[in-house]
Amino acid sequence: MISENTITDFIYREAELLDTMQWQAWLELFHPEARYWMPLEWQQQDPVLQPSLMYEDLLLMKVRIERLAGERTFSQKPKSRCHHLLQAPRILACDPAAGIFKARTSFIYTETRGDALERFSGWASHDLVQVGDGLKIKLKRIDLVNFDAPFGNIQLFM
Amino acid sequence: MAKYGKNARAIAGLVREAEVHRDVYVDPEVFELEMEHLFPNSWIYVGHASQLSKPGDFITANIGRQPVVASRHSDGAIHVFYNRCPHKGVKIASEPCGNTGKFFRCPYHAWSFKTDGSLLAIPLKKGYEGTGFTDTQANNGLSRIKNVVIHRDFIFARLSENGVGFEDYFGESLSTIDNMADRSPEGKLAVEAVPIRYMHTCNWKMLVENQTDTCHPMVAHESSAGTAIKVWQREQGNSTETPMAVQLYGPFMSPYEFYEQSGIRIWPNGHGHTGVANSIHSNYSDVEGYLGQMVAAYGEKRAHEILGEVRHNTVYFPNIMVKGAVQILRNFIPIAVDRTLVESWVYRLVGAPDKLYERALMYNRFINAPTSIVGHDDLEMYERAQEGLKTNGNQWVNLRRLYESGEEADVTAVINGTSERQMRNQFHAWAKFMTMNMDQDLDQPVEAAE
Repeated sequence: MISENTITDFIYREAELLDTMQWQAWLELFHPEARYWMPLEWQQQDPVLQPSLMYEDLLLMKVRIERLAGERTFSQKPKSRCHHLLQAPRILACDPAAGIFKARTSFIYTETRGDALERFSGWASHDLVQVGDGLKIKLKRIDLVNFDAPFGNIQLFM
Repeated sequence: MAKYGKNARAIAGLVREAEVHRDVYVDPEVFELEMEHLFPNSWIYVGHASQLSKPGDFITANIGRQPVVASRHSDGAIHVFYNRCPHKGVKIASEPCGNTGKFFRCPYHAWSFKTDGSLLAIPLKKGYEGTGFTDTQANNGLSRIKNVVIHRDFIFARLSENGVGFEDYFGESLSTIDNMADRSPEGKLAVEAVPIRYMHTCNWKMLVENQTDTCHPMVAHESSAGTAIKVWQREQGNSTETPMAVQLYGPFMSPYEFYEQSGIRIWPNGHGHTGVANSIHSNYSDVEGYLGQMVAAYGEKRAHEILGEVRHNTVYFPNIMVKGAVQILRNFIPIAVDRTLVESWVYRLVGAPDKLYERALMYNRFINAPTSIVGHDDLEMYERAQEGLKTNGNQWVNLRRLYESGEEADVTAVINGTSERQMRNQFHAWAKFMTMNMDQDLDQPVEAAE
């Protein structure tokens, strides 16, 4: 039975996989129809006819992950590392009967490469579905507090 | 130590026939002179008239270092002003865009100005009676930029009072903007969303040069576009349709021969474009219903002419690039000698199917966003160049690919698509617009300020 704790543990586990660069295991948390979305507008509703920083399916996420390990991926020499600092997720829906599981998690994200360090703040929203005994991500949405600011490279995943 | 200030000869000496001195990218003094001379002497993109659809609408921008504001007046006219109150210099508009109503009101002392810039009211106006105020520049309200031209809704301004006129400056290069607008069945474009903004720690000219650099994609983007092709070939299974994403990434890996034959066209004053015969944008899937709309609007022959023009990147010197085929404009905004803000705008083709707008937005986030893997490839190269150019061992950047001695400047020509001639063309224009109107007392020591 999926409980609120199951959702919270899932979100902590996801962040841990990113922070330890276990990319394949991280990808396996996603449903085949999943999307990873970083909107570019406040309370944005439409990922297709409004601009986004990212709106990617599993194919594009695989491209990103394979690229990170590429022999000629010069922007990863040296490699980036990341750190997620999460507030306890707020459970917005936990309805096993309807199959609806949603949470919103406030975060501070750090991405470093070489001597450079960039820090971002925002909210991660997870739409999850039950597959077998566990959960899969249907939609992960990242709303940055300063979505409209000009950033340098963001090469990993928030 | 000032090496270049008021020294047109020293500046011109930075540009050889097929080489440029590294100081054009790394010297803060050269950057200051670009702000003082090059940008004011050039026609600079301010914004799009669709962003000023109603009276009172305004947008803000910078031309070089100087903040400007463009507004729509009640009579429908668009004006561009220096963005400062004539009183104490406070910017009268601070947001990227908005609507100011019937007048601008300075938030400091409530001086107010009509949207044509004229002075409307000053509190306690009596205090200025008999002070000679009416003889000051402040009495005229906001300082208006006289040289403003709106071409197909694209607003350009030149700050210098004297210089090359708009038509002479851009000439035939305007055909790319025309083609982009013509791609709408109504001949109109609209800005409907904010741009993607991406901060680059490099000189702005590296970005401009890269727009017509056709020998880098298959090398620098092997990591992104190459991986996209590899993953798709492995994962496609029985899929018969290539996803839009793969159609957009794939052509970046085209071989040298493809770019060689697709050609580059150069124009006077530093403008030019890649993709003359065809381009990386040639083979996108048709969007249902679009061709029918275009034929209905323009007739069979003209519609095919418009859609058959699939230019790749058009550089409008000094600092924008336009992609007609995917309705994108990139604005390379100089912040410092080693810092450039890139704002990438998407225009919606008014009256065309949503799918085309979807594709343009997708292209923009794939290629022009801080989260773009193609962008990561490029920025890494610019940053390494910004560092590498500090070495004294070799102080010149080599632009000699397909150079022919006696090559003419300020001409129109179509050439091999892997030539670096458009970069040479840009630097010829750079030297010209940097030194234009520059004090002609060459080689004189700079006088101390009075």
